[in-house]
This record gives sequence, structure tokens and C-alpha cells, in this order.
Amino acid sequence: MRLLALALAGVAAGCAPQSQPQTPSPQGSTGTDTGPAASDSQFRGALSIPDADPFPSSYRPYASRPTVLRNVTIMTAAGPTIPNGAILLRDGKIAAVGATVDAPADAVVIDGAGKYVTPGLIDTHSHLGVYAAPGLGGLSDGNEATNPNTGHVWAEHSVWPQDPQFPRVLMGGVTTLQVLPGSANLVGGRGVTLKVVPSRSVQGMKFPGAPYGLKMACGENPKRVYRSRGPSTRMGNVAGYRSAWIAAEAYRRRWDKWLADRKGDPPTRDLTNETLAEVLRGNILVHHHCYRADEMMQVVDVANEFGYDVRSFHHGVESYKVADVLAREGIAASIWADWGGFKQEALDGVRGNLPLVHAAGARAVVHSDDPSGSQRLNQEAAKGMAEGRRLGITISPEEAIRWVTVNPAWALGIDDEVGTLEVGKNADVVLWSGDPFSIYTRAEKVWVDGALLFDRLDADERWRTDFELGYVPENRGGNQ
Amino acid sequence: MTRQWYVPPHRLALAAASLALAAPASAQTIAITGGRVHPVSSAPIENGTVLIRDGRIVAVGADVTIPADAQRVDATGKVVTPGLINSATQLGLVEIGQEASTRDARAAAGDGIAAAFRAWEGLNPRSAYIPAARVEGVTTVVVAPSGGLVQGQAALVDLGEGSIADLVRRAPVAMVVGDMGGYRSDEVGARGEFLLRLRELLDDTRAYMRNRASFERGDSRELVASRSDLEAMIPVLRGELPVAIAADRATDIEAAILLAREYGLRPIIVGGAEAWMVADAIAAARVPVLVGAMNNIPSSFSTLGSRQENPALLRRAGVTVALIGNAGGDEELFNVRNIKYEAGNAVAYGMSWDDALRAITLTPAELFGAADRIGALRPGMDANVVVWSGDPLELRTLAERVYIKGVEMPEETRQRMLMERYRTLPPDYDTPAGRGP
Repeated sequence: MRLLALALAGVAAGCAPQSQPQTPSPQGSTGTDTGPAASDSQFRGALSIPDADPFPSSYRPYASRPTVLRNVTIMTAAGPTIPNGAILLRDGKIAAVGATVDAPADAVVIDGAGKYVTPGLIDTHSHLGVYAAPGLGGLSDGNEATNPNTGHVWAEHSVWPQDPQFPRVLMGGVTTLQVLPGSANLVGGRGVTLKVVPSRSVQGMKFPGAPYGLKMACGENPKRVYRSRGPSTRMGNVAGYRSAWIAAEAYRRRWDKWLADRKGDPPTRDLTNETLAEVLRGNILVHHHCYRADEMMQVVDVANEFGYDVRSFHHGVESYKVADVLAREGIAASIWADWGGFKQEALDGVRGNLPLVHAAGARAVVHSDDPSGSQRLNQEAAKGMAEGRRLGITISPEEAIRWVTVNPAWALGIDDEVGTLEVGKNADVVLWSGDPFSIYTRAEKVWVDGALLFDRLDADERWRTDFELGYVPENRGGNQ
Repeated sequence: MTRQWYVPPHRLALAAASLALAAPASAQTIAITGGRVHPVSSAPIENGTVLIRDGRIVAVGADVTIPADAQRVDATGKVVTPGLINSATQLGLVEIGQEASTRDARAAAGDGIAAAFRAWEGLNPRSAYIPAARVEGVTTVVVAPSGGLVQGQAALVDLGEGSIADLVRRAPVAMVVGDMGGYRSDEVGARGEFLLRLRELLDDTRAYMRNRASFERGDSRELVASRSDLEAMIPVLRGELPVAIAADRATDIEAAILLAREYGLRPIIVGGAEAWMVADAIAAARVPVLVGAMNNIPSSFSTLGSRQENPALLRRAGVTVALIGNAGGDEELFNVRNIKYEAGNAVAYGMSWDDALRAITLTPAELFGAADRIGALRPGMDANVVVWSGDPLELRTLAERVYIKGVEMPEETRQRMLMERYRTLPPDYDTPAGRGP
């Protein structure tokens, strides 16, 4: 599965370029959207409304019971660790957390001596569902590698909710993840933030209210995939970004003007520019795949030229070289603990990337880009702590837990709802068998919005996707 | 020039000492004292001493007399183990995976048969990943070719400094055969054809052995492989050289065992995602397996049964298990160092701690014919020794000292040089004008 998205990106080289995006027909809408005002019904499907939500989340929390975890070590990701603490989950929210909590009479009470509690982990970089398992051609839906700018595609339209990798990352304590398109294109398309829950549809997994992400890519992948038609160089890449933003800015102005005065026929919709215009309006967060320090600095300048923000660089194996700039610009670094070397732009990967970025005051995020690594974000953070120690940078557990919880929540724009164990936040909670930074520790129970969706101790109730039925041997009390 | 690089005080003294001596370090006598010693071949020793002289271990125990001239290394509160062995790497054969000019792991043999390919002859002892692996406690690796049906020969390589000859401990240690379920080429379109091609090769090797003279005269039918490939297959057919066969699906593992029995081969199963499903058969056939503990994903129809308890279940059935990386995080190259985490995760999923440590030390040494010299701490062994800050399988433990053949390895790696340069920003590019603006 290693670097699947990258490998598959190469396959598409030489594919026929796609034609211009189609203008949608006025009948295009399914009628399920709630976006346009009533007066716009005559234009149904034809309006480029900011923040439109044509594929709205249909997520509903699973059934939950008031639950108290007590006699546990609580790492809140919002302050000091609470030894021998307790936490109350009620109505899908964190109702109380502290040394003790009042347990309602009907609460499930779990005594967790020796165990730890953390927020559900969050992965900013996943291809679950778009590069599903098994890795069949028929399930390869992560790279629309037909044009360097595919701002018109949305990753959610590729997500297969029956990907067996979803229950596996849940078993690793991941409750929220961002599924991104691959990195073949300069502009890869919209990413989507999902809750890791069983559902018949991707809409049933969509994190309500989460902003969209836009996947962009630097460096070797786009120039390799498009070398025959361009971009074939890094300068071609940057020219490609700038051309795209020029078109998007013109589109945004044309539409904002029409939306303000509603005179005449509306301009023609263009799905690519619609997404890019939303970035310029600040409604979509940019997630830019970029390995090298010098390229990150160029992307910062492009963002300043066109007046948008990069929310997070992804992979950023050279983030430690420009960590001061990332801190100053307020850009999160979604990075691995120790990957590198597999291509030139990854050659300078170092195991100290996480602690060095952290020490410079930038927002460090452990990301995976990998269905296996996504199950062990806590272990990756611990590696960063270890290398920090070698470097003389002390990373406390309170700080390291933020790399896999509230920092990624910020990068996804959902940190007011998840990422810490604070009263009022969503009850996305993991009970660990021990210290989450020990290699011997496993997630024992995982709650999403207060609902217990994984219990390692309950072999009878184990989320198995449709694909697994009849194909994947049932685990016999194990961790399949 | 100010260096922000953190160097523990004891290391400074040591660095000075090694500079001053600069003589062949094999002349040294070193006593590592006070640590919890895991000899692997025997029970752990609290407050133990490992005595090294002339590159060899001369004594291990709680009551070891320390010669007056010995350099003492205080390992109080620390853990001492044999150097770790990673049994599945391409270390020194590939530097940058996506750059063909840096790859020497795969023979281009058009028919997929490269039995005579001695991959280690292209080894680069100056690969940046060799120091990166050894400073994290890996002292020996199997360097294996990749790609094709019969991929070539693997070597056992120490991660010290020097020439290829200095590093190669034993070669060949295995003939490497490609993935039974996954290999497809112009010559192989199906599992059955994979086996057919292997049988043809083995049959023709036999024919060649019997009628070498007529082959040399040009007086034999055409054989399916070149003379050099047939020669290379002879030790395999004689059962002298193990054949490492990549097989994941349970049926592929069974087929490999049957084929090995048919021809009298010594198979080692590599990968073995579904090995746990046929653990009893593997145990009965006394076939060792190289498996990982960090993958539970049904990533293909050959690995539908993939699970992290695999090593534990195999051990429970009595199978000989060595651990290799299988999470997909570049464990054959950049992260060869992470073999200890494979063992730690194996423990989390049911393997005993002792078995897990053995599976990355003595067991691979046995499988690759070097257990008389590496993989354990006992007198007479080469002094491949690691001093750890704590439990070697734990994520937050550091390898503090690494010895290969009694020589303490330098701490420098390319990664650490980069971190040193960028520890304080802006960086210092070493100009006379000092740090950058």
C-alpha cells in the first residue's frame, strides 16, 4: 500500500486530456440541497452560490448511553494530564471532565485503572475510500489524473464507504479524517472531512459543518504525470497555480457582482473556478502537498499574490528547514515521523521533523497518507518525542497528544468541535489499554459522538464492511 | 561557529577518545557494565557485564572480572542486547526509489530468471541509510534483490564502515524467488504458470547437473536458463542454499511447501500474510517464515487474511519466525531502523517479548547461517552489541551506543547533519560571514 497514491499517479501519464468542464444543465440538482434561496429556484443548479452544500451531510450519531470513564489518566489535549480522572459522555457531548464527575443513575460506568483516555485521533491526510482495499483497478479512484487542474472533482464522490480500511483506522483510535484526492495534479480537487463510522453513503459519514479542503500538489508528481503535455518542470507547476488563480479571481468577481445585484442572466457556472473562488473567499482550506522547503516558500508567495491562506502543508519533509516561516505564517505542518528517501524531494526527511517544527512554534500535525500508518498516529508521535529528546527538545505528553488531536482538528477547521476533551465538545473519545505513547498499548474502546463504535473486548460486535463478509476470515478475538 | 546540536557529555569524551586513538579499534578491550543484559541465547542478567576484546565477546555475566586496561562503559539503568538484524532490506542497493540511476536491486533479466545475480556486488557502503539504520541499533541486514521470478541471491551484511568485502558477512545466504501470487509478466500469467516455470528451472538444473559435459559440448537440448543461472541453482537443488519464497495467500504457502518437498529444497516463506491460517502445516514441514506484525489490511486478494497476530499465532503453532517490516513505511530502505517497532507491535499483538527480540536477532542469524557469530551475546561471538536507554522495543527508547565487531559506531548520519544545520534558523551554511540573514 506504500505510497499508493503516488504510484498510481504515474499510471495516468499519457491519458487523454479531458475536455473543458461541462456547463451543468438547469435540471442538474437532485432537489435535496438546501442552499439557494427560494427566489433562486428558477436557476436551480445554475447558480454558483458561495458555501453551497449540494451533497449535504446526512450523518446522525449512533445511539449512545451516558457513559462515565473513571479512574483513568486523561490526556485532554487542552491542558495538564489528569491522573485518576473521570469523564462523562452524555448526549454525544463531553458533559464533564475532571478529578471526579457526577455519574447519572443510568450511566454506563467503566473503571479504567491503568488506562488512558484521549480525544479521538484525527488524520489530515487519508485516501481511505478513494484508494480502498483491496487495491483493485476498479477501486482506484483517488487521482483524476486527466488534467493538471481538476478543481472540479470532489474526493467524496470517489469514497467507497465499504472500504475495509475504515474500521481498521477506527481500531487505531482515529475518529475523524480528511480524505483527499491524490497528488497527480497541481489542483487535485476537494477533500472531505469524514467521521469514521459505518454508513451506506459518504454523506452519512460527512462531518457536519466541516469546511471543505482543497488538495494541491508541488514538485515531482505533477511534473512527472504531465511531462508530455506540461507542466513538466517546477516552473511549469508554479505557472499552473498562478494561471488557475487568475481565472478563479475573475470568476469570483463576476459571480460576487451578480450575486450582489442579480441583474440579467447569471454567469455560467464552472466547477473548477467555483471551488477555487471559495478558497479566495476563505471558505475552503488549502492543503498543499509539498516536500521541499524552497517550494513551500514559493507557495507562500503565490498565496500572498492571490490573497488566500495555505492552511497546511502536507508531507513537508523539509518543514524543519523553514519551521520559523511556517510559525510566522500560521501554516500547519502535516508530516510523518520518519518517512523519506523514496524520491529526490523526500531525500532530506529527518526523524526530528516533528519536534523541530514544534520547537520553532509552528503547528505540528502527525499525518499518515497511509492506511497502515493511520492506525498508529500515536506511535508516530512517540517517535517524534524520542528524537526530540535526542535533540535536547523536551516534548511533554501533553504537547505530543496535540499533534494527533487538536492540531489536526485546527488544520481541518473543526477544532471548536473536536480535538480536545473539554466540556461541550463532541464526545469523540478513545480509551487506551495504557500510555498511548507506548508501543504495547492498543485502543480498547472508541466512541464517536458518545456512541461506542469499537470495543476490542467485544468480539461479537465488530464492524465488518460489506466487502469483508465472506472474503475476510472473521477475526477470532483478534485485531483483524 | 555555534553548534546547537545536543551532545550528551559522555559522548564528547568518547568522541575525543576515538579521535585520539584512531588505531584499529579491534585492539580495544571494552567492558559494558551494570546494565540489564539480554543475551537472547540465555536468560537475562541483571547488573550484567559484557566484556569485549579484539572485536569479540569474551565474557557475559554477573560476575565478570574486568581487566585493568578495559574501557569501562557504564550501562547502569540501561539495556544491552545483541545488534538487531533486519532480514528484508535493499540497503545499499537503492538510494532513491524513484531514480533509476540509484537502483541496483533488480536484474533486468528478460525472462524473469536471474539466479546468478549477486545483488551485493552492487552494494554501496556509503549509502546514507546505512548509518541511519545502525545508529538506531540495527547492526546486520539481509540485502536482497527484488523483481522477477527468480530474483537473485541475497547476502548477510554488517552495517559497519569499509568496502563491500568488509561489510558482507556471508553470501549468498538465500536464493530469492518472487511473489507466487502477485508476479505477472510476459512469461507468467497465472499462479500455476509460476509453479510451472519454477519446476522447469529446477528440472533443467537437474538435467544440467547430470549432463554438464554434454551441455558444454553444445550437445544437449535447449535449457530454460543460462549456464550461469543453472550453476547458481545447483546449491538450491542440493538443499545447501535456502530459497526465500514470497508467498502471502495460504494456498501459495502450501504450494511452496509442496514444491520444496518435491525437490528437496530448504524454503523460507517471506511475507506470509495468511500464514496463520496454515500455521500447523508450516510447523509440521519445519519451514521458517519471515513475517511482519504491522499490517491488517486486505490490500489484495492474496492478503485477505492479513492480521497483526500473525507472528504470535505462528509461534504458538511452533513455527520459526523472524520479523520483517510489513506496514508499508519503507522498511526495506529508509526505515530499516524500524525493525524494533515491528517486534514491539508483535508483542502488542500476542507474541512474547523474548520471542520478539529473538525474531530480530538470533533467529535470523540461524536462518542465514551466522548464529555462530551474531544474534546473541555469548563468548566467541562477534561483538555486535547495542546499549539502549531502556526497553529496545519501545518507541521512546534511544540506542545510545552501537558496536559492530567491537568497534563503536560513529553517531553521525546525514539526517543528523541536516538537523544540526537547521537546528537554529536561519541556517548556518558555513560561510566566513557566518549565519545567514
